[in-house]
Amino acid sequence: MVNLIWLLLLAGGGVAAVINGNVAVVTQAAFTAATDAVQIAFELVGLMALWLGLLKIAEDAGLVALLARAVHPLMRRLFPSIPRHHPALGAILMNLTASLLGLGNAATPFGLKAMQEMQRLNPNPDEASEAMCTFLALNTSCITLIPATVIGLRAAAGSVNPAEIVGPTILATTCGTVAAIIADQFLRRYYRWRG
Amino acid sequence: MVAAISTLSDWAIPALIFFIPVYAFLRRVGVYESFVAGAQEGFTTAVKIIPFLVGMLVAIGVFRASGAMQVFAAWLNPLIQPLGLPAELLPLAIMRPLSGGGALGITAALINTYGPDSLVGRLASVMQGSTDTTFYVLTVYFGSVGIRKYRYALLLGLTADIVGLVASVLFTNWYFGR
Repeated sequence: MVNLIWLLLLAGGGVAAVINGNVAVVTQAAFTAATDAVQIAFELVGLMALWLGLLKIAEDAGLVALLARAVHPLMRRLFPSIPRHHPALGAILMNLTASLLGLGNAATPFGLKAMQEMQRLNPNPDEASEAMCTFLALNTSCITLIPATVIGLRAAAGSVNPAEIVGPTILATTCGTVAAIIADQFLRRYYRWRG
Repeated sequence: MVAAISTLSDWAIPALIFFIPVYAFLRRVGVYESFVAGAQEGFTTAVKIIPFLVGMLVAIGVFRASGAMQVFAAWLNPLIQPLGLPAELLPLAIMRPLSGGGALGITAALINTYGPDSLVGRLASVMQGSTDTTFYVLTVYFGSVGIRKYRYALLLGLTADIVGLVASVLFTNWYFGR
């Protein structure tokens, strides 16, 4: 699926550029995006180092295992393939908590750590494991209690009540998360059955 | 409620930076050595995602700049109409899972053009806040461990996005229509 979507984005863009007569724009867009990608990755280096350093301290002190044990009953249902006390559970939990609080720059390092831990349990290192699919579904649909950036934009534009969108946002995002959990259960079984 | 949660957000990071090392030190962990050992992985992980990020951002950049996105939005419009989504919001709905920066730009433009307290402005705000950049997250997270076959992860992420989008429209209409 990702191959097809990637191709459609590129090929669709190429065709549209020819029809609109702005072929040169494609070159510009492609080069800019390639440079941006490297810049994004390098901006991550410092934050990754900071949070992975703190996470390592927390692991060595036994804090991550403590956290993993506390949420085990819930995690066992969502991630049946991850053994009890595995460090992946702690990292997953830290990631979800950070996104909940809207701490985007802490969420990514914890999330990547969780992926590394789950990759160790993955029987086919080339393919996404079931636990990874569940984790990413939760991650991309996860609730943010305070969408700070949007509230900032609304305040700047002179809204009477910039934070009034928090209620419907939480309701909508909860629906997305519930849908993700249900769809995950179906897709997991379907893909197992299909082999 | 909002103020309490936003205070919690402000305090969370300082509290972690203080609490984790102090607790570990009391448990006799060599805190600085542990920190450096963990931090070492930061660079390699960040570098590993570069090829994946380049591939995805270039494809999205070409799709946007060429005008293909507007064509796609025009095709999709008749399908989306029954949901009660104003046509002005369709570019945002398409951009939201692809690019965080792109979506934020569209949201800002919509809020400023139509006003933050208009239906379009409110819907744009809720849509921006309630779903995530699925493609970007999948690219970075799978890229960091070298996984190229996503299996059903993309389908799952997009299902959640579509449900979130429909729910945004319904809840915004209900919440502000009362």
